[in-house]
Amino acid sequence: MNRTVLDLWVGIFVAIGIASLMFLALKVGNLSSAHLSETYTLQAKFDNIGGLKVRGPVKSAGVVVGRVAEIGFDPVTYEAVVTMNVDGRYVFPRDTFAGIYTAGLLGEQYVGFDVGGDEAMLKPGDTISKTQSAVVLEKLISQFLFSKASEGQESK
Amino acid sequence: MADPAALLRKLGHSVIDRIWRLGFAARFLFAILRFSGALFRRPQLIAREVYFSGVLSLLIISVSGLFVGLVLGLQGYETLQRYGSTEALGILVALSLVRELGPVVAGLLFASRAGSSITAEIGLMKTTEQLKAMDMMAVNPIARVVAPRFWGGVIAMPLLAALFSAMGVLGGWLIGVVFIGVDEGAFWAQMQAGVDFRYDIVNGVIKSFVFGIAVSLIAVFEGYDSVPTAEGVSRAITRTVVTSALAILALDFVLTSFMFRGTS
Amino acid sequence: MSDDILVDIEDLHFSYDGRPVLQGINMKIPRGKVVAIMGGSGCGKTTLLRCIGGQLRPTGGRVRLDKHRVSEMSHDELYGLRRKMGMLFQFGALFTDMSVFDNVAFPIREHTDMTEAMIRDLVLMKLAAVGLRGAHRLMPGELSGGMARRVSLARAVALDPMLIMYDEPFAGLDPIALGVIGQLIRKLNDALGATSIMVTHDVQESLLIVDYVYFVSGGRIVAEGTPDELRASRDPFVHQFIHAEVDGPVSFDYPAPSVRDEFLPGVAHG
Repeated sequence: MNRTVLDLWVGIFVAIGIASLMFLALKVGNLSSAHLSETYTLQAKFDNIGGLKVRGPVKSAGVVVGRVAEIGFDPVTYEAVVTMNVDGRYVFPRDTFAGIYTAGLLGEQYVGFDVGGDEAMLKPGDTISKTQSAVVLEKLISQFLFSKASEGQESK
Repeated sequence: MADPAALLRKLGHSVIDRIWRLGFAARFLFAILRFSGALFRRPQLIAREVYFSGVLSLLIISVSGLFVGLVLGLQGYETLQRYGSTEALGILVALSLVRELGPVVAGLLFASRAGSSITAEIGLMKTTEQLKAMDMMAVNPIARVVAPRFWGGVIAMPLLAALFSAMGVLGGWLIGVVFIGVDEGAFWAQMQAGVDFRYDIVNGVIKSFVFGIAVSLIAVFEGYDSVPTAEGVSRAITRTVVTSALAILALDFVLTSFMFRGTS
Repeated sequence: MSDDILVDIEDLHFSYDGRPVLQGINMKIPRGKVVAIMGGSGCGKTTLLRCIGGQLRPTGGRVRLDKHRVSEMSHDELYGLRRKMGMLFQFGALFTDMSVFDNVAFPIREHTDMTEAMIRDLVLMKLAAVGLRGAHRLMPGELSGGMARRVSLARAVALDPMLIMYDEPFAGLDPIALGVIGQLIRKLNDALGATSIMVTHDVQESLLIVDYVYFVSGGRIVAEGTPDELRASRDPFVHQFIHAEVDGPVSFDYPAPSVRDEFLPGVAHG
């Protein structure tokens, strides 16, 4: 095998390999869209986080603005403590409302920010005080059935 | 005839033999690393091995990747259709490939295509006294023959796994978007939202790198350790493929349990 | 030790897995000579060669080469010494993935900093010495057995060694190739001012070219002398070996129970 031909082929091979990696990183993965390199952390306490998972998205107005970094449990208040990494480009008012929602009926769960009107902004490390827990489907259904049943009794 | 003592002795012997070989392989790895220093002054030697284990595996890896992607696309669509969420096809195909199938299947193919030929080459050199001749010429066969093949494999494997995954994603896209008609925007958007660069892709590359080290080490070791006869070399090739496959699957389990434990 | 002795072997013992292969070999090989070590298959002559080259470490006794004690050298020292040795392996042991040219150039490229132009001249000179300058582009697979042996010889002398060792240089060659290799061994040895040790069981061809012969049997030297002395020898072992007689001190029959016991086990003696 001629040395220059061999070099050429090895060059082509490495180029194809790196192109594949770039394809995976940019087109398949989210390296191009999520610049979460500069983030700050916010915390929020929930009565129930449902099926929220670490690395789940944090959205505001439907746009991903951060990711769930850590989920802990407060042994004093018996609440779930969710730590989030929020994109450093965005700041939110102090009275921002954090809720846990489900994308679609069976989709993944995410933290949603409903922005309030406060002049003061949340600083890194702050805790969001107003939260709404995840909707637990079983509870919802049993409530529904219970109210239907009581309606039925009243109408008799 | 089944003498229990003899059976136990046989078992004990085979276990001791295996442990001894494992220790020998570990020492062999240290020897390779020790003699690799001089190699980086002669990158041409490694380039040649990248050619043999990488370039010559290009075709089988791309074709297999494409077919695996096609199958994943069909099967994934079939299943997702039942839940009315066919737009999740992209993320399903991409995650399966990037996290598992890419590194594992590319590793298995690499072991049978490149690993076996490395073992055959070194075993043949041993059988025809080429390694002894080299040693008599004051050229260390581990530095000159074994180390370049080892590094060639280690370099080629992650690139091949990336190519396999990329071809697989293209295959899934071909089936899902072009043939079945899943919405193209949803296909890519769901994929990009769900596949994390550091968490999924980098971990997949780490896996393929580890598999590359394992398969290359097994291949050069089996070749170097082969009984120098035609039969011995053919047995060594079989051992390379079997041991590599087991090593890849076992390592995959260990790595997966560390990388993807308990999240998403 | 006098200066004109290149290889000096004293009371060399070697055992493999507890089985003795060499049992007290003594040899003095003078500079500039071609010496043959002869003996039947499996008598330990290849082991002896490996001990001289330092590929095997003797279990007893010592090997001196030039002023070095081969049997006690470290790996790096051995590699330093081996640059001054050439060895021709039984079937050539050419590197199958390199051309004839690259095979001969291999030791030069590994051990010197010569430019490609100098290497080219040197390699073609060495190939010309074995008559294969025209074959430098061929791959080893395209060579006949005799040609491969000659290329291997060119490779062994590429760095002008002081000691050249041959492991069965005549094995598997046709009579013409055999004569060619024999003449080359003698010619190259004298042209380079080297010393040659040849392990062989090819008696007639070797006696034509060597200066001195050692006969090895059962790990010991049983006879030695110049070719003329050996031809005239009355020693039954030497006589059997040189004249290729079927039976003699080296028995045709492998040790076995008596014919009577083997074939007529039930028949009572007497």
